[in-house]
Amino acid sequence: MPVITYREAVRQAIDEEMARDERVFLIGEEVAQYNGAYKVSQGLLDKYGEKRVIDTPITEEGFTGVGIGAAMVGLRPVVEWMTYNFSLMAFDQVINNAAKMRYMSGGQISLPIVFRGPNGPAEYLSAQHSQALQSLFAHVPGLKVVAPATPYDAKGLLKTAIRDDNPVLFLEAELMYAWKGEVPDEEYLIPFGQADIKRSGKDVTLISFSKPVRIAGEAADVLEKQGIDAEVIDLRSIRPLDEKTVYESVRKTNRCVVIDEAWPFASVGSHVAWLVSRNCFDLLDAPVELVSSEDVPMPYNHTLELAVQPSVDKIVAAARKVLYLDK
Amino acid sequence: MKNVKDFDRPFLIKLLEDMLLIRRFEEKSAQMYGLQKIGGFCHLYIGQEAVAVGSIAALDLKKDYVLTAYRDHGHALACGMSSRSAMAELYGKIDGCSRGKGGSMHLFDVANHMYGGNGIVGGHIPVATGVAFKIRYNEEEGVVLCYFGDGAIHQGAFHESLNLAKIWNLPIIYICENNQYGMGTDFRRVSSVHDLSIMGQSYGIPGKMVNGMDVLSVFEATAEAVRQAREQQLPSLLEFQTYRYKGHSMSDPAKYRTRDELDSYRQQDPILILKQAMFDAELLTEDDYEQMDQASRKAADDAADFAENSPEPALETLYEDILA
Repeated sequence: MPVITYREAVRQAIDEEMARDERVFLIGEEVAQYNGAYKVSQGLLDKYGEKRVIDTPITEEGFTGVGIGAAMVGLRPVVEWMTYNFSLMAFDQVINNAAKMRYMSGGQISLPIVFRGPNGPAEYLSAQHSQALQSLFAHVPGLKVVAPATPYDAKGLLKTAIRDDNPVLFLEAELMYAWKGEVPDEEYLIPFGQADIKRSGKDVTLISFSKPVRIAGEAADVLEKQGIDAEVIDLRSIRPLDEKTVYESVRKTNRCVVIDEAWPFASVGSHVAWLVSRNCFDLLDAPVELVSSEDVPMPYNHTLELAVQPSVDKIVAAARKVLYLDK
Repeated sequence: MKNVKDFDRPFLIKLLEDMLLIRRFEEKSAQMYGLQKIGGFCHLYIGQEAVAVGSIAALDLKKDYVLTAYRDHGHALACGMSSRSAMAELYGKIDGCSRGKGGSMHLFDVANHMYGGNGIVGGHIPVATGVAFKIRYNEEEGVVLCYFGDGAIHQGAFHESLNLAKIWNLPIIYICENNQYGMGTDFRRVSSVHDLSIMGQSYGIPGKMVNGMDVLSVFEATAEAVRQAREQQLPSLLEFQTYRYKGHSMSDPAKYRTRDELDSYRQQDPILILKQAMFDAELLTEDDYEQMDQASRKAADDAADFAENSPEPALETLYEDILA
């Protein structure tokens, strides 16, 4: 099976869906002539022309709203935000228009639109450019939120997102673009709302999504050497959320650590931890642990910025804590 | 006032009827708001009828589109939404156009190409620009009318949209309904320029200031802009000078303006001046007018009766219409 990067997987998904459906187009800053700020859209302008691969001025509210209007009347835009940090300039459009148009119109309107770009901390970018913003979007009914962690999942889920008749927030990550993984040549789709058990285990459940899934796996390797058999669950989609797979795992392991690189206050991670606490209460042998970002803006200094984020050591420590191995 | 003799009588009658229907519908809305049949924010269009009616008369709603802000009753009715459907929505009933989920600010009638009804000042302007983008993408013939008030013109969403419309040559007409006040603030106090029609100039978009109390002037200016948009993909900006007789919303007593000011606008009332011009040109009699007015009052009464008798939405509908 071919091994490709996450970046290439995202590009393949857009390319295949643009080839399949004339209504699909890509719009955003630097997506066309520059071939994408992170080279995700490399080659798409040459293949599809400027009608369907569209450079915009730096006006996130403007071009995000244009995408919403175009989707409202039948096109299927893929809106690229150079990073999710800049999506805040377009927040009103997503929250007040994309998420609510169908409801406010009593079901008269469908909005088949994908908003995508890198989310979460990168390196040396400090407070305004290293933010994990999934909780803001996942909070809002009317939006779907998807956060794949592997090239395989990225391609299959993005194709599903582009074919979905609802607004989908698709979260990538700058540091994931170079990650490699197997992606088959033949076409496949991954439905939303299905978590993936990335590693099976019986002693403790590690739940994550997006970039931290990798360090959750590395933590499981470390735990294995200590004689602990960890199960790693990748939620893949946050909304809809596959609660069933989560509960089945926790009912098996009786112990749970949630890993989310966002801030801990009212986050996806804290919500999942609450769901597990409530719905698996009788089966839990320890309180659910949450490994999150420290509750601070991201600092520039590298030692400090690493200290802010979830790490293998923090996950291992949390797992040992729910197993009562450490005082 | 444009010369009514330049227009066909049936066309003039239709304009007068549409304005009268909006006027009586809005008066009924105010009455029912007072009786607490309607709640929340309710922004009446009384005084501004010539803008929606005159401009939408220049459209072909099979291929053209209308998007507006929260003062949207007039636009919805002018697009052909039934007064029953609109009033039931104000009542929050299941037979409302948005099944009671949108209310006064969110009237939608997709079949008639009326795409809302938006409660965030300026928030719909990029969306309307996106509808125009679709027309161009699909190489269709339609145009978009995007309405907003003098309060919205300073929002970034307006300025970003005009730039995009110009660089992509989108068939859209931005219509500023300058009713003189953004909520309680005289627009002159908060605008760097007092001629809002020049706001498009830095984007290379031509603008025109038009008497928005004269439905025929509104029609002619819009028809010309529509022609340019259709044939040459030229976006444009129209500022219609108009006036709302009521406060910003039902809760606003409008103490920031004088009685004299209100009275002077009432003398150029859009319905009054068209009616008078048609009398003078012998295109309308007092009897004709009386019949039309009675029909409008009856339609408004009927809409309120319909809304009153329409059921409340069932609680199960709460979770409907969130996702497709």
